[in-house]
Amino acid sequence: MVMSQTKSAFADAGPLADDIAVSVRGVSKNYGDVEALKDMSLEFPRGQLTSLLGPSGCGKTTLLKIIAGLLKPDTGEILVNGKPVTGPGPNRSFVFQDFALLPWANVMRNVAFGLELRGVAKSEREDRASKYIHNVGLQGFEKAYPHELSGGMRQRVGLARALSVDSKVLLLDEPFSAVDEQTRRKFQEDLLALVANENKTFIFVTHSIEEAVYVSDQIAVLLPRPSRVSEIIRPASFRSKSVENIRRDPEYLDIVDEIWASLRNYVE
Amino acid sequence: MKQRSLFLKILSAVLVFGAWEISGRIPISYAFPTFLESMAALARMTFDGSIFVAYGETLKPLVTGIAISTVLGIGLGLWIGLSERFEWLFSPIFIVMQAAPLAALIPLLVMAYGIGLTSKVFVVCIMAMPVIVLSTSSAVRNTPSSMKEMARSFLAKDHHVLLKIIIPAASPIIFSGLRLGISAGFIGAILAELKITPTGVGDIITYSRSIADYPSMYAAIFSIILLAVLFLNLLEKIENVLFKGNDRGYVTD
Repeated sequence: MVMSQTKSAFADAGPLADDIAVSVRGVSKNYGDVEALKDMSLEFPRGQLTSLLGPSGCGKTTLLKIIAGLLKPDTGEILVNGKPVTGPGPNRSFVFQDFALLPWANVMRNVAFGLELRGVAKSEREDRASKYIHNVGLQGFEKAYPHELSGGMRQRVGLARALSVDSKVLLLDEPFSAVDEQTRRKFQEDLLALVANENKTFIFVTHSIEEAVYVSDQIAVLLPRPSRVSEIIRPASFRSKSVENIRRDPEYLDIVDEIWASLRNYVE
Repeated sequence: MKQRSLFLKILSAVLVFGAWEISGRIPISYAFPTFLESMAALARMTFDGSIFVAYGETLKPLVTGIAISTVLGIGLGLWIGLSERFEWLFSPIFIVMQAAPLAALIPLLVMAYGIGLTSKVFVVCIMAMPVIVLSTSSAVRNTPSSMKEMARSFLAKDHHVLLKIIIPAASPIIFSGLRLGISAGFIGAILAELKITPTGVGDIITYSRSIADYPSMYAAIFSIILLAVLFLNLLEKIENVLFKGNDRGYVTD
């Protein structure tokens, strides 16, 4: 049932097999008696942004952490560029919901932390970090500490840290849920530019329907208990339009309504 | 700002020592000397060198005990914090140690280890170590899990997580445990000299009291408090050098 839905969704808009950056195959995960994920299969096309969207408890963050290699699935496997995942790897980097910055380290060290752990020499990692600090618009704040920054700026640090290790797959776990609405809109526009400019695959967990439809090339709608992929939606027309016009596009509005119609029964 | 805080420090010292002087002059007790008498006694002991001889004795168990407690205490605390099984094994010992009425246990220590340096070092350690171990282990256990997860996702090895995440995150609480532990160690060192054999500063206190030379007795007590305060200030400096971020709004973040 689940498989056939996934397959039929891909039959409509299926990308070529070697254009799949990440594929999830029959993954299950239990926490004690609770079934967090059951036999889930999903594919993430290369160079595109795929959202995992669903109500709380649908296992979207669990799936993301399994892809990251932070959690082990009970059954099934994850393939990144055709190779099975056994743990965290250099081809994936993670952006955390709560930023997970080191409070005792300044912006420069936080952004360069991924490179520091890889043993990159200090001068080289600071060169690379300053480039991404500049890219996310934090130049001038290199010496600032996280507690001196606003929530939005902290997440820019988290994003720069993930970009600076230059992995091909970026995993974002509700990255904008802890920042205010206006900052979030700016982030969403910046994210679209990032997807367009960087040749990376983005996997984006969110609980906001509008956000998912706004930023995604492909939306995987997950339903809880047991967790499964209910449908995969690929917006066709408005992705090529400019960012100001997306929210007025009829297809955008239709997709938002359609997703809400299928999710509303699962929201307590 | 800095000048103002210096002014406040001096003001508070003047108030405390003034109150001491006045209560010594009333006098509230025949056995309570004035501040100036005590300082005169301290100056006399400083110039005839007897206070330095005394500290030469007292510092031996004190420094040894504090060094052992710091190294062993932080080490055990890290281990207990990292391993659930180790916590079961060792944590109760330190909780009992912390709650035990030490003065009553000193005869036991003397029976086992004699009246020499060993027993005194033990007293210092028993006073200082539990709070160091317990605060280190609880700080380690409370390392924010999202930070450890972040480090792992950026390919941190176990020793990276320990050195770059767990220890810096735990350091403010480890240092507050050290401050409490070291103050307790000072109490332990004097307690050992009063209860086991009178040597060093403990000897000055005991002897001066027995010949009713109260200014010398209070001068000795004053000097040990002064030394403890200076030592704790030094510790704070060390913390600020080792962990630069700790004085930058760590807790609020």
